Amino acid sequence: MILPYYIIIPLLAAFLISLIAGKKDNWAVILSVIATTALLVLSLFSFISMKDETVTYSMSAWSLPYGIVLVQDALTSFILVMVSIISFTSLIFSIQYIRHLSMDWKYYSLFMLLVTGMNGVIITGDFFNLYVFMEIALFSAFALVAYGSRAEEFEAAFKYAVMGSVSSFLILAGIAVTYSATSTLTMAKVAEVLPTNDQKVIFWIGALFMAGFGLKAAAMPFHAWLPDAHSSAPAPISSMLSGVLIKALGIYVLIRIFYNVFNAPEIFTKIFLVLGTISIIIGVFLAIGQWDMKRLLAYHSISQIGYILLGMGIATPLGILGAVFHLFNHAIFKSLLFYNAGSVEMALGTRDLRKMGNLMKILPTTSQTSLIASLSISGIPPFNGFFSKLIIIIAALQAGLPWYAVFAIIGSLLTLASFMKVQRYGFKGETTVESVENKVGWRMNTAMIILAVLCIATSLMVVPGIQEVTLDPVVKVIADKTEYIQLVLGGMNGN
Amino acid sequence: MIVYLLCFLLLLVGLYGVLTKRDLIKIILSIGILGYAVNLLLILFAYRKDSVYPILAKGKEVAQMVDPLPQALVLTSIVIELGTTAMLVALAIKLFEKYQTFDISQIRRLKG
Repeated sequence: MILPYYIIIPLLAAFLISLIAGKKDNWAVILSVIATTALLVLSLFSFISMKDETVTYSMSAWSLPYGIVLVQDALTSFILVMVSIISFTSLIFSIQYIRHLSMDWKYYSLFMLLVTGMNGVIITGDFFNLYVFMEIALFSAFALVAYGSRAEEFEAAFKYAVMGSVSSFLILAGIAVTYSATSTLTMAKVAEVLPTNDQKVIFWIGALFMAGFGLKAAAMPFHAWLPDAHSSAPAPISSMLSGVLIKALGIYVLIRIFYNVFNAPEIFTKIFLVLGTISIIIGVFLAIGQWDMKRLLAYHSISQIGYILLGMGIATPLGILGAVFHLFNHAIFKSLLFYNAGSVEMALGTRDLRKMGNLMKILPTTSQTSLIASLSISGIPPFNGFFSKLIIIIAALQAGLPWYAVFAIIGSLLTLASFMKVQRYGFKGETTVESVENKVGWRMNTAMIILAVLCIATSLMVVPGIQEVTLDPVVKVIADKTEYIQLVLGGMNGN
Repeated sequence: MIVYLLCFLLLLVGLYGVLTKRDLIKIILSIGILGYAVNLLLILFAYRKDSVYPILAKGKEVAQMVDPLPQALVLTSIVIELGTTAMLVALAIKLFEKYQTFDISQIRRLKG
């Protein structure tokens, strides 16, 4: 069984790093690169080989009513692949970037704990287990946001920690209500028991989970912590937070709970629609006025999360396809943009767009990859962002929601405008910068090039032959809704 | 019913503190209160009237016991809360070193 290894590998790496890595960080780098590479290979292998099977694993061989179950289906494998790709490239990027800050093994240890928490949340099939893994991921995220040890970073980390704890308590209260209504914590069992219960119970649990995980996903009324935390963290961590953490802890869990457990009640899909649209529009308006490059990118995360929520709210298979596709694409291009911001910050010592300029000459790889990522996030064909946004807009039109489609198009145009600003002032500006403070090394360039290639390569996922093996099984898991119950419980009975 | 309402009130007290207090330490304490309220909620859900502690011994029937699972959950959640509080206090100490104050209205270099 390979399921527990998604948790064991990064957890083991985190502890080994803290045990054997001394003053120098060489061992820490080697161990964490080995661990992330292993995870990448493992997740790609299982994604390709599993197709639409569902695999379950009982921890410590305690069977279902008593034990905790790990579940891997197409959605899980898909998100795991996303997390592995971003954590692998982030780590490659970190090696030079973090040495420039300090030579420290603690960073790598926390990084591996962050990966452990996310993988655990993704793969678990038990509510309370999910809560525990979520806290592991959040603790390491708080510490990593404050890693640079400047005043602003502590401020952002404190704000993030307060918001994170409040949302975690809301989620725990939701879990408590779930347990009292169903007497079980296994998601599949809860899904089996809930429909026979009172509708009121679903509203209570749904409201608590929506607020809790909405805060984690930074949908619009719950977004206040995100721009501070994501812009203050070191660049590779910003890309981990913006690229995968808000999706693994926020969107993925929302999908799992509201689709596979609650069978997508209409009132909640409507809330998804409204929150998504508000996030798209207000997020992009807040982004367009920023001059700090990382802050601008952080606000765009809110806006792009809005597209994913919109796709989920449409709730037709096409809408879900768009949402899942955009989830993946956003991880790729937003991480790439944060790497670009990080390498610019390292080379010039500033994040202010007005103080940049003339970067094509001194940072060729960074400027070219940032051009690709900007086109991708703005939705210009043939890059991946275009296809996923197009699918979401078409799905909105087909579902008879033309106004939502209009808002999505407006959001996309404003995104284009704000990235024109980044390119115009940041990378081609009149301010001439002659010398660089620090050179951007080959490792950072490699990480950027890998993601830039993926920006184009992932748009192939809409090609009919490829779509059937990549995206369609994922959509099937979500759209079949409570099919999840049979797959998980049936698999358990078979063992 | 009245105990649930009181528990909910405790939760609101915690939330009120987080939202309105300007002192970092008071915010941390409010988060603690919020945590206690949620833990209490779990314990209340496990309570059965006229029942005993859930330890299986001779002459005890399972039907008369309170539900042990939420108690186990609460233990876990208390440990997690300890971690949260330690993390927040560490950050508050660092913030005090940098800004020489615990007042959040003076700790605002990040805005926009």
